[in-house]
Amino acid sequence: MKAYLCLADGKVFAGESIGMIGETAGEVVFNTSMTGYQEILTDPSYAGQIITLTYPLIGNYGINKNDEEASRIAARGLVIKELCNMPSNFRSEKNLHKYLVTHGIVGIRDVDTRTLTKHLRLSGTMPGLISVDSDLDRLKAKAAELKGISGLNLVQTVTSQEAYSLEGGEYRVVLMDFGAKGNIAKSLQALGCRVTIVPARATAGEILRYKPWGVVLSNGPGDPQDVDYVLPVIREVLQSGVPVLGICLGHQLFGMALGGTTYKLKFGHRGGNHPVKELKNQRVYITSQNHGYALDRDSLANSEVEVSHVNLHDGTVEGLEYREKGSFSVQFHPEAAPGPQDTFYLFERFVKTIKERGGIHA
Amino acid sequence: MPKRQDLKKVLVIGSGPIVIGQAAEFDYAGTQACRSLREEGIEVVLVNSNPATIMTDADIADRTYLEPLTPEALEEIIIKEKPQGVVATLGGQVGLNLALALAQKGVLQRENVKLLGTPLSAIEKAEDREIFKRTMQEIGEPIPESDVVDSIDGALSFAESIGYPVIVRPGYTLGGTGGGVAHNEKELKEIAAKGLIYSVNKQLLVERSVAGWKEIEYEVMRDANDNCITVCSMENIDPVGIHTGDSIVVAPTQTLSDRDYQMLRTGALKIIRALGIEGGCNIQYALDPQSSKYYVIEVNPRVSRSSALASKATGYPIAKVAAKIALGLTLDEIANSVTKDTSACFEPALDYVVIKVPRWPFDKFARAKRTLGSQMKATGEVMALGRNFSAALLKAVRSLEMSFTTLTIPSFSKLNWHELLEKMELTDDERIFAVAECLRRGFSMEQISGITGIDMFFLEGIKNIVDMETYLKQKRQWNREDWLTAKKMGFGDVQLAEILGQTEPEVREKRKALGIEACYHMVDTCAGEFDASTPYYYSAYGEETEYTESEKQKVVVLGSGPIRIGQGIEFDYCSVHSSWAIRESGRESIVINNNPETVSTDPDTSDRLYFEPLTLDSVLDVLEVEKPRGVVVQFGGQTAINLAKPLAERGVTILGTAIDDIDRAEDRERFDEFLEGLKIPRPLGSMAFNKDEAKGIAAKLGFPVLVRPSYVLGGRAMEIVDNEQDLTTYLEEAVRVSPEHPVLVDRYFQGKEVEVDALCDGKDVLIPGIMEHLERAGIHSGDSTAIYPSQTIEQPLLDRIVDYTTRIALGLNTIGILNIQYVIKDNVLYVIEVNPRASRTVPFLSKVTGIPMAKVATKIMLGETLEKQGYSSGLFKPKELVAIKIPVFSFNKLTDVEPSLGPEMKSTGEVLGLASDYVTALRKAFLAAGYKIPVEGEVLATIADQDKEEALPLLREFVQLGYKLWATEGTASFLRKNDVPVREVYKLEQGSPHVCDLIRSGRIDFVVNTLTRSKRPLRDGFQIRRAAVEFNIPCMTSLDTCRGLLKAIAIKREEGGVREVKALQEYL
Repeated sequence: MKAYLCLADGKVFAGESIGMIGETAGEVVFNTSMTGYQEILTDPSYAGQIITLTYPLIGNYGINKNDEEASRIAARGLVIKELCNMPSNFRSEKNLHKYLVTHGIVGIRDVDTRTLTKHLRLSGTMPGLISVDSDLDRLKAKAAELKGISGLNLVQTVTSQEAYSLEGGEYRVVLMDFGAKGNIAKSLQALGCRVTIVPARATAGEILRYKPWGVVLSNGPGDPQDVDYVLPVIREVLQSGVPVLGICLGHQLFGMALGGTTYKLKFGHRGGNHPVKELKNQRVYITSQNHGYALDRDSLANSEVEVSHVNLHDGTVEGLEYREKGSFSVQFHPEAAPGPQDTFYLFERFVKTIKERGGIHA
Repeated sequence: MPKRQDLKKVLVIGSGPIVIGQAAEFDYAGTQACRSLREEGIEVVLVNSNPATIMTDADIADRTYLEPLTPEALEEIIIKEKPQGVVATLGGQVGLNLALALAQKGVLQRENVKLLGTPLSAIEKAEDREIFKRTMQEIGEPIPESDVVDSIDGALSFAESIGYPVIVRPGYTLGGTGGGVAHNEKELKEIAAKGLIYSVNKQLLVERSVAGWKEIEYEVMRDANDNCITVCSMENIDPVGIHTGDSIVVAPTQTLSDRDYQMLRTGALKIIRALGIEGGCNIQYALDPQSSKYYVIEVNPRVSRSSALASKATGYPIAKVAAKIALGLTLDEIANSVTKDTSACFEPALDYVVIKVPRWPFDKFARAKRTLGSQMKATGEVMALGRNFSAALLKAVRSLEMSFTTLTIPSFSKLNWHELLEKMELTDDERIFAVAECLRRGFSMEQISGITGIDMFFLEGIKNIVDMETYLKQKRQWNREDWLTAKKMGFGDVQLAEILGQTEPEVREKRKALGIEACYHMVDTCAGEFDASTPYYYSAYGEETEYTESEKQKVVVLGSGPIRIGQGIEFDYCSVHSSWAIRESGRESIVINNNPETVSTDPDTSDRLYFEPLTLDSVLDVLEVEKPRGVVVQFGGQTAINLAKPLAERGVTILGTAIDDIDRAEDRERFDEFLEGLKIPRPLGSMAFNKDEAKGIAAKLGFPVLVRPSYVLGGRAMEIVDNEQDLTTYLEEAVRVSPEHPVLVDRYFQGKEVEVDALCDGKDVLIPGIMEHLERAGIHSGDSTAIYPSQTIEQPLLDRIVDYTTRIALGLNTIGILNIQYVIKDNVLYVIEVNPRASRTVPFLSKVTGIPMAKVATKIMLGETLEKQGYSSGLFKPKELVAIKIPVFSFNKLTDVEPSLGPEMKSTGEVLGLASDYVTALRKAFLAAGYKIPVEGEVLATIADQDKEEALPLLREFVQLGYKLWATEGTASFLRKNDVPVREVYKLEQGSPHVCDLIRSGRIDFVVNTLTRSKRPLRDGFQIRRAAVEFNIPCMTSLDTCRGLLKAIAIKREEGGVREVKALQEYL
């Protein structure tokens, strides 16, 4: 069935419907990863967004339960070039099309994703909609009315409703869930942490009641300004002396809590090949990224935190370090999934720190 | 980390002649490296014996040594040039082995030369199987159970302990030379014996075979600050068991989930760190299709064929970056040359699919065993890019120039299912076509996957193509959607025409009327995330084009496609020069080619690069978009020249010599008429359209005659026949003569062969040089030793050569370049052949004359006369030098191929001997070609009766030079009769120890073996030649070559030594 992707600026891309038949709207973004479509789709940080995958062959190795980053898909839609209906992989349980249908996701294939990507690069990320309706005038008019994702308070749609703890582990870590990818908790568990997940609206008191050795601020969707209610919580946790690790949105909130401000990037960083330089030793790591906002470096000039990492391509802030508090944050994803595992060492660094400092609440 | 300040001068080691397993990719790597080093202000000294390369051009390095790649020659160069560092990781296995040899000899330490980039310890860790194994165990990377053995017994007892099948790999060899899979004791004995001979360190790795697993490769880079990236992942469509050089390879990986992809990527980074490599590295894995279990199967601590492929597939210049890393720069300090704004420290993101298909020489070697295994057999490869799998695959298949329009070999439709199954089980070069045929017949994909081990994903890709064919065939009346789908899937116009039963122009017109035209996407390393400034394009359909207009006048150069015997790197060299000349003239140069190994497809070589099949439809598509002033066809070998006429018929301007004049040179009858008009003699002969005609012509001319099909390259299927019976056999078996496929029958002279390349602007004719062949006519010019300047031709004859050449060039209204081959017999000069295009001698002649012939020719085509370019008519005065081009063969890679020389070309590469005098040049040429010239040695002679008298003085000379002679019965008694001391050895039928045992014993240094003229299948002769080839012993089948070698031996020097090393720049 014919389907269309219509952008807010009136540009239309034709294709074929995949997944649910219907209409969906969201901020259209692109991701350049060549593998990991399932992890990307299930990453809650894509809430409110329509994902374009630049790699043209999608679905080749199917879908399996273990590669989900969350049990539901928060993204609003999927745009791809070619869909594989006969996946080939020993772990494959079903094909991508069925998976989309199961999750009620509207998608479109056979789109000239390269032209779309270049358009987004030049014009910036913008809202758009996917529809099987061929009334293009209506689609254009509707797309033009679409609002950006700022102010939508998307975190609220993906955070867990209640606090809960995962089995096993020794070092107590509280993970503030703004839409956390599953692999963050798994990475912490792999290093011996006992992980407790708390909702985004948890208070510092609630968090500290778990006597955590460390607190992790997760990734999550949307504009960090929408979540400013977390800033005092972070400050209080830091005050208590518990080391904090911020990831992605968590990193932005960490920076904001310490005086920084954020801004929206023209088309964001989404992919698995972004080089990040650790300033201390000039080492460069290839990282997994997914963010549309960034911390303003100048706004952190008078802060107690230091910029520890920068993006090698555009110089944006990729990491902060608050040495005296044993706390740090990174804009990229050390938990990978999908993407390079090169920065897993950051979890090890964090766990080492909490083990060293863990005495406070031990 | 800034550049090392202690480095001012650096020696770069090239990879030598093109052989199977080590080809043009190292010219690409070496050329990039030299440029990259000079960009950093380093004075570059280059050594490479291969004159057909761009890297050995006098202006690529500061000092260029066309010297034998022997430790002795390199030592002399190091002493003379005193470089502070040496880069050895860009010259293939040859470069690595030389660096190891120099280190072991203590030369590097004594002369205070640092090995740059990857340190010696890393090379040893990767190359020494035992150390490698230990290193992998230390970091927990799994490798197949294996043991290093140094004897056949050792191999057998280890295999016993782990069970068969096992794979045998000799240490430090090219393309797995001498290796193989053994399924039982008997096979293992054979393979181990051979492997021990080839292994440089006399060690063999015997390991568990993981045949049938997925073969996955990563190209990895690391700098001195420990930054690591993977440039590209690749998945072999042919699972483990077939050498990656012989596999169809797709990039990036297609069937790996992110989890498994990252598992192997992380492993790759661990490995490059553990080895301590600084530069590029290729890591190969076997991955179980049914689990995440994997083994590391190979690590190459250097740039390789795969890294050339990865560079072209991604746009990331691995060799260029590796050279900068060698100087101490870190990845983040090096710019991404495609985007200009971002750094080299990132991992390319692809938004297309890349497929590489090898090009095998089985069309030339009909009798060679086509089965593929751990021993690489391909001479070249093609690459294609597409927005989907089928488009990339179909474009690649068309790029092979094997007349495939799709995955169809017509004769397969006649096979029964049993034969087809057999064909599929046989892992040969035609397997993918058998797979397609099976899918056409409705075999299940599961069944095919079970037999071939090919992943279902790829089979589905092939099935989609087959299903689309069926759909199109059945439907006939296609709507626009059908047309578009077919084109998106990569169907060529010719294939569509075949399906519709129409002509290609009709189909083209129809689809264009529907508005279906090729669009062009850019290869930008980043999937569109950043702006790219290097226009490197591939075609797609149904999408928006990224082509951007340009104000400048544009000229297109057609490349030469995959490297094959008869059309080698020389033609790529010419294409590169042509592109440069177009740029120098202020125009925009556009290259169309599909060979991922070469310099012509380096996006830096042209202003715009189109990676496309060199087929009429694909070329026309590009031309319609670019609208160039004209197309240059004289440099891409027969590939380009064959496109001249069809392109002209479509209204394309062909620059240079007019189509009709090209035809006058190539059409036999018109050519005869032309020569007659000029009163220039040629060996009598004519074209036969059937058997009786051929016999009639031969009878009139008198035997021997030279017979060949018309319009062929590289002397394919050309033979000298001595009598009518042989002629009949030839006409019935070798070529099926018919009115569509006529045969040329010419008188054959056993005279001296002379070759001339000339430049002509329609008024002046410049002859850069006259080359004389060491071997008499009858051996293909590509397989002959060519000497420049000529040494034995008297002035009057030279004058006549100049006169004929001038008149022919002018008579053919040549604008550009042409090549003429002559034979001199009884003081008469005959024209054998005129090629209205650049020949394979252009690179070498350009270098030693200092005349950049392809550039000069291109400028002539663009309207700049010879005079304007500062040249005049006549024979160019030679410099004080002698240059000898000698062929190099790859017979040891191709079992069952007859190594004797004849009119059909067999060599894969060439080397140059360059010196101030003839004999030294000859000696260097032989050394460079891999002949070891000991002070004392042993020679085995088996001489055919008709050659015995001629051979006598030569064999006697061996004895006088201190060599011992061995001979079989007939030759031995002849020698004894003539008082030449000789030891007799049994013929094969006389039982062991026989002549082949003698060869295998390793005591023989040279074999001289001539063929009986009747070409009766002499088993002994063939076995002797094969034994020599397999045990790396030079085997001369021409007495002329032998005569040359004797001269080279006669100037006695230290064992293997070179008298003088001298840079090309010093001669010019």
